Amino acid sequence: MAPGTTPSEFPAPLDGASLRQRLESLAKDEGVGRWDLGAGRSTDTSVQVDRGDAKQMKGAQRSAITLRVWNGAGLVGITSTSDLSDSGLARAMAGARAASDFGNPDDVPAFSPLATAPLPPLDQPLQEPLSILSLLDTLKEAEADLLQRHPAIATVPYNGLSQRSSERLYINSDGACRHQELTTASLYLYSRAEEAGRKPRSSGAMRVAYGAKDLDVAGCVAEAAERTIAHLNYAPIETGRYTCVFSPEAFLDLIGAFSSLFNARAVLDGVSLSKRESLGQPLAVPFLSIRDNGLHPGNVGAARFDGEGTPTQCLPLVSDGVLVNFLHSEATARSFGVAPTGHAGLGAKVSVGPDWFEIGAGAGVPGGAEGLDHLSGTGPGVGSEGLVVIDSLSALHAGVKASQGSFSLPFDGWWIQGGESRSIEAATVAGDIRTVLNSLVGFEGLAKLTPGGLCPWVWVDGLSVTGEA
Amino acid sequence: MVQSPPALRRSDSLANPDWRPRLESLLAEGVAAGADLVEVFLERTDSLGVLAEQDTITSVSPSFGMGAGIRVFRGHFDGFVSTNDLSEAGLLTALDQALGMLGLLRSSHSLNAYEGLPPLQDWAVTKGDWLTQCPSLQEATTRLLEGTDHLNRLGQHLQVRRGSYARNWQDVLVVASDGTHAHDIRLHQSLGLNVLAADGDHRASLGRRYGSHGRPDELRQWQAEESARDLCDSAATMLRADYVEAGQFPVVLANRFGGVIFHEACGHLLETTQIERGTTPFAEELGQEIAHPAVTAIDEGLTDGAFGSLAMDDEGMAPQRTVLIENGILRRFLSDRAGEIRTGHGRTGSGRRQSHAYAAASRMRNTYIAAGPHTPDALIASIDKGLYCKSMGGGSVGPTGQFNFAVEEGFLIENGQLTRPVKGATLIGEAKEVMPRISMCANDLELAAGFCGSVSGSIFVTVGQPHIKVDTITVGGR
Repeated sequence: MAPGTTPSEFPAPLDGASLRQRLESLAKDEGVGRWDLGAGRSTDTSVQVDRGDAKQMKGAQRSAITLRVWNGAGLVGITSTSDLSDSGLARAMAGARAASDFGNPDDVPAFSPLATAPLPPLDQPLQEPLSILSLLDTLKEAEADLLQRHPAIATVPYNGLSQRSSERLYINSDGACRHQELTTASLYLYSRAEEAGRKPRSSGAMRVAYGAKDLDVAGCVAEAAERTIAHLNYAPIETGRYTCVFSPEAFLDLIGAFSSLFNARAVLDGVSLSKRESLGQPLAVPFLSIRDNGLHPGNVGAARFDGEGTPTQCLPLVSDGVLVNFLHSEATARSFGVAPTGHAGLGAKVSVGPDWFEIGAGAGVPGGAEGLDHLSGTGPGVGSEGLVVIDSLSALHAGVKASQGSFSLPFDGWWIQGGESRSIEAATVAGDIRTVLNSLVGFEGLAKLTPGGLCPWVWVDGLSVTGEA
Repeated sequence: MVQSPPALRRSDSLANPDWRPRLESLLAEGVAAGADLVEVFLERTDSLGVLAEQDTITSVSPSFGMGAGIRVFRGHFDGFVSTNDLSEAGLLTALDQALGMLGLLRSSHSLNAYEGLPPLQDWAVTKGDWLTQCPSLQEATTRLLEGTDHLNRLGQHLQVRRGSYARNWQDVLVVASDGTHAHDIRLHQSLGLNVLAADGDHRASLGRRYGSHGRPDELRQWQAEESARDLCDSAATMLRADYVEAGQFPVVLANRFGGVIFHEACGHLLETTQIERGTTPFAEELGQEIAHPAVTAIDEGLTDGAFGSLAMDDEGMAPQRTVLIENGILRRFLSDRAGEIRTGHGRTGSGRRQSHAYAAASRMRNTYIAAGPHTPDALIASIDKGLYCKSMGGGSVGPTGQFNFAVEEGFLIENGQLTRPVKGATLIGEAKEVMPRISMCANDLELAAGFCGSVSGSIFVTVGQPHIKVDTITVGGR
C-alpha cells in the first residue's frame, strides 16, 4: 500500500449504485452468482473535560463493508474491510469467495424474502453537527453545574459529549437496496463524590438525542447529581434474602443479558434456556409482557432495517407471561417456518439480537400487586428486613451465565428499612432468571423511557443479596 | 484446490520508504501550526476468525483494513482524529481537524523548522513472513475440528461443543515530531474451547482460552487433546456443583488466570490514565506500602510469545520490565506519552490501543504477581473454611476502585482440604482493602492470555500469578 496521490472526499459518502456496479463486475470475474453487501460510514466528534479543561477531543471518520457471496456449490463466505477502493473491493470479493469453500452446507443463509418489503416510517430528523468547540463549551458548563451541586462532588471522572453522522447501506444481487442516514448525539456524566473519612461514591446519568442541541443537558446534570448524592449516606448490608426493586435501567439490563431466551439462533444452537417447544408455554408471571420494538419513538438511532435488509418491527415476545415469539434472521425464520423479524446481523453464520425492549403489563392487565412504593419501603412481603432497591447492575459480561440461567452481579442501590433509605456500601445480587421472571411481585409506577428501552420499576420477591455487614 | 483468502503483499509494508516524505510533511505542517508534538499512527490489519460447532465449521470470517490516527499535543491538551482515508488529502484533513481542536491552523510559514525523521527503527525485519507462515484456512479448520472431536470423545453430557480460532496480524508505523520513527509487525493468535454440559436441570458452561504473540506455528503446536481433556474434566465436575454460600471468606486463587484479581483490583489503578481522572487511591502513594509484604507485582512486555508482549508500544517506545510493587511498596505507575505530560510519571512503553481508531493510553501488558516461597498445598492447608477459585471469569473495576470478578470453577476448602465443587461465585472488594490481605504467594507462577477493554479499546494482555491466598474477601453467591 504505497501512498496514493488521489485526493478524496472526506469521508466519501456511500454510493450504492457505484458499489453495485463494481461488485457485479468483480462477482463475474470470481464466478460468484449471488452476493449481498452491508456497508456503513460514520463521522464522529467527541469531547471529554476535566475540571474545566478539555481532557481530550476526538474525531473519527470510518467506513466499512461486509461482503457475502454464494459460490457455485451454494455455500456462503464473507469478508469485511474498511478498504473501499477498487483494489480493496477486489480483495474482499476474492476473500469471500475463498472463505465460501468452508461454508456450512447444513445452514446456508439466503436473501431475506423481506429485503424489498416497504420500510416502516421513522421520524428521525437529521441535524447539522455542532462545532467541536461548541460541544466543549456545553460539556464544560455541564461539568461545572454538576460540580457545584454538592460539596462532596469533587470530580466527574467519566464524562463525554459526542455526536455522529452516519449512513447504512444494504444491497444484494437480486436488486434490493436499503439506505438510511442518521444523526445522533449522546451525553454521559459520571460523578465521583467523597466526604472526609468516608469511601468515594459515584453514579451518573446519560442522555441521547438526534443532535447535540437537543440533548437534555440540564436533566442529565440533575439526575447525575441526584443519584450521586443519594449514595453518600452508605452502610453495609447483611447477607440474606430480600424483596428487591429493580430500577427500569437495571431490569432492562438484566433482561438484555438473558435475551438468548428469545433468540432463535441461540435456540437452534442449544445455548438458550428456551427450546422450539417453549413457544406458547408460560415463561413468567401472567402480568409480564415483553415486546421488542425498535420502532418506538424513544429508540433514538433506531435502524429501519437489519443486516439482511429485513424491516425493523415491533414483535411481542412474552404476552401475559407466555413466550409467543422468537427473534429471527432469515435462516432461523426458515427453520421455524415463519417470516424474518428484522433482528439479523450479516455473516456466514448470521447473528440475531434484540433492538429495544418494552417491558410492563399487557394491555388491560393489572401490573401485579398494587400499592407498591419503594421510596417508603411499603409493599407485600416486605418485613422487618426491609427491601433492596437495585439502581444499577455491574459486570454483566462476567456475572451472567446466560446458558445456565444464573447471575451473580455487583450492584449500586439502597436499603430501605423502617422508612429510612441508606445506600448499600458494596453488595451482589444473585439468582436464576427463570425464578426471577416467576417471582415478580408487580410493577411500580409508569414505564420510564430510557436509552435502552421502556420499563417501570420492577418488584421481585426473595433474591439473594450478599453484603459486607 | 481450496485456497486461503488472498493476503496482503509484502511490498505493501508500511516500512515502504514512500511513506516517509508524506509523513514528514504532515509532521512539519503540524509543528509549524504551533503544535508541541504531532504523532501519526498508521496500521494495516489482516484478521481471520474461524468457529467450529459440534463437528462442523460454521463460520469463517476474514477481514482486513487500514487506517491512521493523528494526535496533536499542545501543553497538556491534545486532539485526536482517526480515519480510514490514507490519501494525502485525507491525512491532511485529519490533521486540520486535530489542530483545529486546539485552536491551531496550518500555515505555509516556517515549515523548515522541522528537521525531518531519523532513520527508521524497524522491529519487523525478521517478521515479514509471519502472515504467510500462519496456518492456511484448511489447516485451521482441521485443527479446530480435531478439538471439538476430542471434546466429543472425552466429554459427557456435552450439549454444545465449540472451538474458535482468531488470528490478528497488524502492521504498524509510528512517527512523531519528537523523532519517533518506528515500525513493527504483530501477530496474535488465540484459541478457545467452550462447552455447555447439560443433564436434566443441571447445566454448566465452561471454557478455556490460549493465546500467543509472534508464534505463527501456535495452532499447529496446540495440544488439542490435552486441552479438551482438561475442559471435559472441569465440565464433569461442575455440572452438578451447588451454588456457593455467600459471605466473607478466605480464598485461594489458582495460578494463571487467577491473576485477573491483580489486574482488576490494582493494575488498572496503577495506570496514569487513572491518575489523570482522579480515580485511583494510589496517586500519592509512591514509596508507600500499599500491599502485603508478600506481594511483588510486575508489568512487562518482554516475555517471549506472551499475549501481552510487544517489540514496541503503540507510541513507538520499546517496552520495559516495570516493577509496580516490590515487597508491598508501590514503585512505579504505567505511563504513556499523555500520562508523562500530564502526571510527570515517565513513560514505560505502555502506550497501547486497539487500533488506529483509538488514542493510545497507559495500559497493562503482561501483568503478574511474582512467585513466593510456599507450595500451593500450604496455602490451602492454612484455611479452615474458605473458597478455592480454580478458574476465573472476567471482571471489572469501577471509578471508586471497587472491583469484581466471576469464579467459573470453585471448590470449598474445609479443614485445609478441597472438598465440594461450587459455582456462581462473584468476588468483590476494594483495592486498598484487598491488597494488604494477599498474605501468601506460592512458587508456581504461570501466565494466561486475556483481553482487556478500557479507554483505548480492547487489547491483548497476559495476566498471571502463582497460587495466592487472600485472607478475607466478599464472596457473592446464593
